[in-house]
Amino acid sequence: MRALLVLITAGMLVGAAQAEEDIVLGLNQSEVSISTNFNGSEIIIFGAVKRETPIPDGPELEVVVTVSGPSKPLVVRRKEKKFGIWVNVDAVEVDRAPSFYAVATSAPLREVLNRIEDLRYKISVPRAIRSVGAPMNIMNSAAFTEALIRIRRKENQYQLIEDGVTVDQQTLFRANVQLPAALIEGDYNTRIFLTRGGKVISQYETVIDVRKVGLERWLYNLSREQSLIYGLLSLAIAIAAGWAASAAFALLRR
Amino acid sequence: MQIYLPIAEISVNAFLLLGLGGIVGVLSGMFGVGGGFLITPLLFFIGIPPAVAVATGANQIVASSFSALLAHLKRKTVDLRMGSVLLAGGLVGAAGGVGIFNYLKSLGQVDLLVNLCYVVFLGIIGGLMFIESVNALYKTRSGKRQPRKKHTWIQKLPFKMRFRVTGLYISVIPPLLVGAFVGLLAAIMGVGGGFIMVPAMIYLLGMPTKVVVGTSLFQIIFVTAFTTLLHATTNYTVDIILAVLLLVGGVIGAQFGTTLGAKLKAEQLRILLALLVLIVCGKLALDLLLQPSELYSIGFSS
Repeated sequence: MRALLVLITAGMLVGAAQAEEDIVLGLNQSEVSISTNFNGSEIIIFGAVKRETPIPDGPELEVVVTVSGPSKPLVVRRKEKKFGIWVNVDAVEVDRAPSFYAVATSAPLREVLNRIEDLRYKISVPRAIRSVGAPMNIMNSAAFTEALIRIRRKENQYQLIEDGVTVDQQTLFRANVQLPAALIEGDYNTRIFLTRGGKVISQYETVIDVRKVGLERWLYNLSREQSLIYGLLSLAIAIAAGWAASAAFALLRR
Repeated sequence: MQIYLPIAEISVNAFLLLGLGGIVGVLSGMFGVGGGFLITPLLFFIGIPPAVAVATGANQIVASSFSALLAHLKRKTVDLRMGSVLLAGGLVGAAGGVGIFNYLKSLGQVDLLVNLCYVVFLGIIGGLMFIESVNALYKTRSGKRQPRKKHTWIQKLPFKMRFRVTGLYISVIPPLLVGAFVGLLAAIMGVGGGFIMVPAMIYLLGMPTKVVVGTSLFQIIFVTAFTTLLHATTNYTVDIILAVLLLVGGVIGAQFGTTLGAKLKAEQLRILLALLVLIVCGKLALDLLLQPSELYSIGFSS
């Protein structure tokens, strides 16, 4: 909670120092609870642009919103036909890839953000992935990161939602991000960028807390902290269920 | 109804899991196989991470096997003595298997090896059983009974022991070896090993089919319980909610399966099991031979 507050204040300070157009943000939920019947969730990110001066002339104000799940190092493997069967032949390590990543923009991404700014703030999906450790024998390590994005995109874990943000009167904005059912818990870093003519003029960061709750939380903790008890518990349940079914059927037959 | 699995960290349909458990339960009651060779690939197919599927599959097998074993105990078709001998061999084999598994893991390509193991063993066993049981069925139809071969090399081994339920008086060495071999393969392939043990008991040890099923279940329970504990304490990959859903379906299915199995003739039972084994084998072989739609795969680096 303290980390969250610190982040918010930091975000505000950065915003105040940089630009005359600041972001005032709201979320429909700052916490996502994963309970037993969790089946995905929708996050609505809305806010307003606060100004001391009138709306500047020139290019329109655009908004980019990113939501990023916890990052983990990964291995991407490639199959090739050897001796008539398909086997993994080579692998590339990806140092850091978010488990979930969504970019929502108010217009096509290339129009609201130029490449330099994208590189600087690591906004688009390929930029959010960091891969350096490709072995020498692999010529096209880019194909591996492309494959990673392709697979994750198919599973809806990576999303690029162009026109996913609506901007009203260059002041009010609103974005919907759909979190899939297969969600990993952790801090989901949420960033909002205001851009004009492809340049970032203001940014704001906050964290959406995704946590397992109730039974899910209890079981997960037990499995990590008291793994022997957890293992015995699963065996006990298995034996008890087996016995109960057998006893029930014996009664039915009688 | 969608349900979120706390360890697998995905959301799946609860009824799909119940049905899956039920089907595997029926088969385990009918044939005395734990169903690991079916449930693990099926769980992969619906998107459960492989590590969780293997570990939770083992836990589910404990439940459905226990349910089926109780049914067999009531019908007195379990040879506890033979089961214990097999188990002794099995634990030794499993320990060795885990060692081999970890060694191959350090070399990489462990998935490929597991797949190849499946294809080779399921193919050989399924094929042999199918041919043999079709022949047997044909002979019973034509009225001739196949004489039991009594004097093989197995009869000449020392350390003989009497197995009353089975009606055998043989050396303990072959059952010990069978148990050890099954344990070894079970640890490498992450299954109970019933589909290897059942034919081995029938064809190598010459045990009657009706006793084989219950006795094999007896051994499988201990081996899979051991595996479950090992996975829960070292890899944290046993998902209790997934296991409960599978086993609720499984234990009920197992009871039906036992009843169904008792109604079928031994030869018919064997043909069905052989066909099932061959289908799974064919599916896995196709996966290896055909070009996958996605050549790349994502794994977690440790």
